[in-house]
Amino acid sequence: MERIPILKIGPALLVTIQVDMHDELALTLEEDLTNRIVATGAKGVLIDISGLEIVDSFIGRMLANIASVSRMLDAETVVVGMRPAVAITLVELGLSLPGVRTALNAERGMALIAARLADLAQDDAPDADDEDAAPGA
Amino acid sequence: MPLSSDSDFSATGIPAILADGEAELTRAWNEANGALIGDGRIGRGELLTQCTDLLHALRRAAASGSTDVGSPAYAPVRDLLGELSRSRALQGFSATETASFVFSLKEPLFVLLRHHHGDHGPTLADATGAASRLIDALGLYTIGVFQRSREEIIVRQQQELQELSTPVVKLWDGILALPLIGTLDSTRTQVVMENLLQAIVDHGAEIAIVDITGVPTVDTLVAQHLLKTISAARLMGADCIVSGIRPQIAQTMVHLGVELNVVSKANLADAFGLALTRLGRRVVRNRPGTTPGSADRAA
Repeated sequence: MERIPILKIGPALLVTIQVDMHDELALTLEEDLTNRIVATGAKGVLIDISGLEIVDSFIGRMLANIASVSRMLDAETVVVGMRPAVAITLVELGLSLPGVRTALNAERGMALIAARLADLAQDDAPDADDEDAAPGA
Repeated sequence: MPLSSDSDFSATGIPAILADGEAELTRAWNEANGALIGDGRIGRGELLTQCTDLLHALRRAAASGSTDVGSPAYAPVRDLLGELSRSRALQGFSATETASFVFSLKEPLFVLLRHHHGDHGPTLADATGAASRLIDALGLYTIGVFQRSREEIIVRQQQELQELSTPVVKLWDGILALPLIGTLDSTRTQVVMENLLQAIVDHGAEIAIVDITGVPTVDTLVAQHLLKTISAARLMGADCIVSGIRPQIAQTMVHLGVELNVVSKANLADAFGLALTRLGRRVVRNRPGTTPGSADRAA
């Protein structure tokens, strides 16, 4: 049966969707990914959907589901490489994927996961996102 | 009595008059429209050419014996009239002036008809009616084309306006600004969204500042459109900051119960400052004595 490969890179799992998803494939991916997170104890999941040209509400919900399940298992999901047309479609479908982190490309997604790992490593590290307007002028 | 067949049309003598009196008709028609030349929108030569060409085409069409302006015989007449009314629309003539031009052919034609039929009242009345109907049909056709050309101009201008009014500008590496001007409706939101998302991909932007200083009113619908744009940008991995919410708009939004649930700043400068901070950059003043002109730069 057709499967989407899940690669382990350090403490993160990498899923690259290169084909157009059909429902069964999506369900298999969700199950495989959950099992792999538990088996490897991964702290981050990177889903690259730059090859995905068509989404429907089912695939959108699948992405949200994967994110919720991963969060429950203490792994953060980052969806990267979404095409503009796909983003517009998801928003029009009312699926703005709250709770899913996003990044423009795989490199930035990896940086997000690395940042989270660094945070986990030293809990007292300050969060970079809290500052307000730039000082000085 | 309306004309029932083509032979009746020949009996009115109109085709014959158009053939024999072409030169005279052209002269009279051209003179009747002398007022159009006055302010220089159309040249004397151009008007004369239009009269000559039209009458020539009309003579050939009438010779076919048909009075149906939509028939193939009238195709050259229709083409000429279409071209004429389009150029009139571009030259800034009003619909009345364009229609009067065609209708002013009636007078000279009626004069010739009276000569042709002499004192024979009933035939003259029939012929006048037929000529009148023919020219009315031509006039209405001209108005139709005139109106369509005007609408085409309006549609084209709307498209240009839409493209012009949704620019995406790059403020710094990774920071885009989207200054919105005018009301946001669903069509424009679509254009804005597509432009913004494409620009995010092209520039690899991490932060987009949506500036709504130029949006006159924000109601629930506009807010919803804004939120859609922001959600789509977030899905692409870019954060949005809304700026330029004017005092009255802020009050209206609160009264309407509209919540944007995004980071918002009062003006574009504050939003830009926040964006720089998030990217780990800051704006510092040059030490005294260094080159003037390059005063402020992000570190």
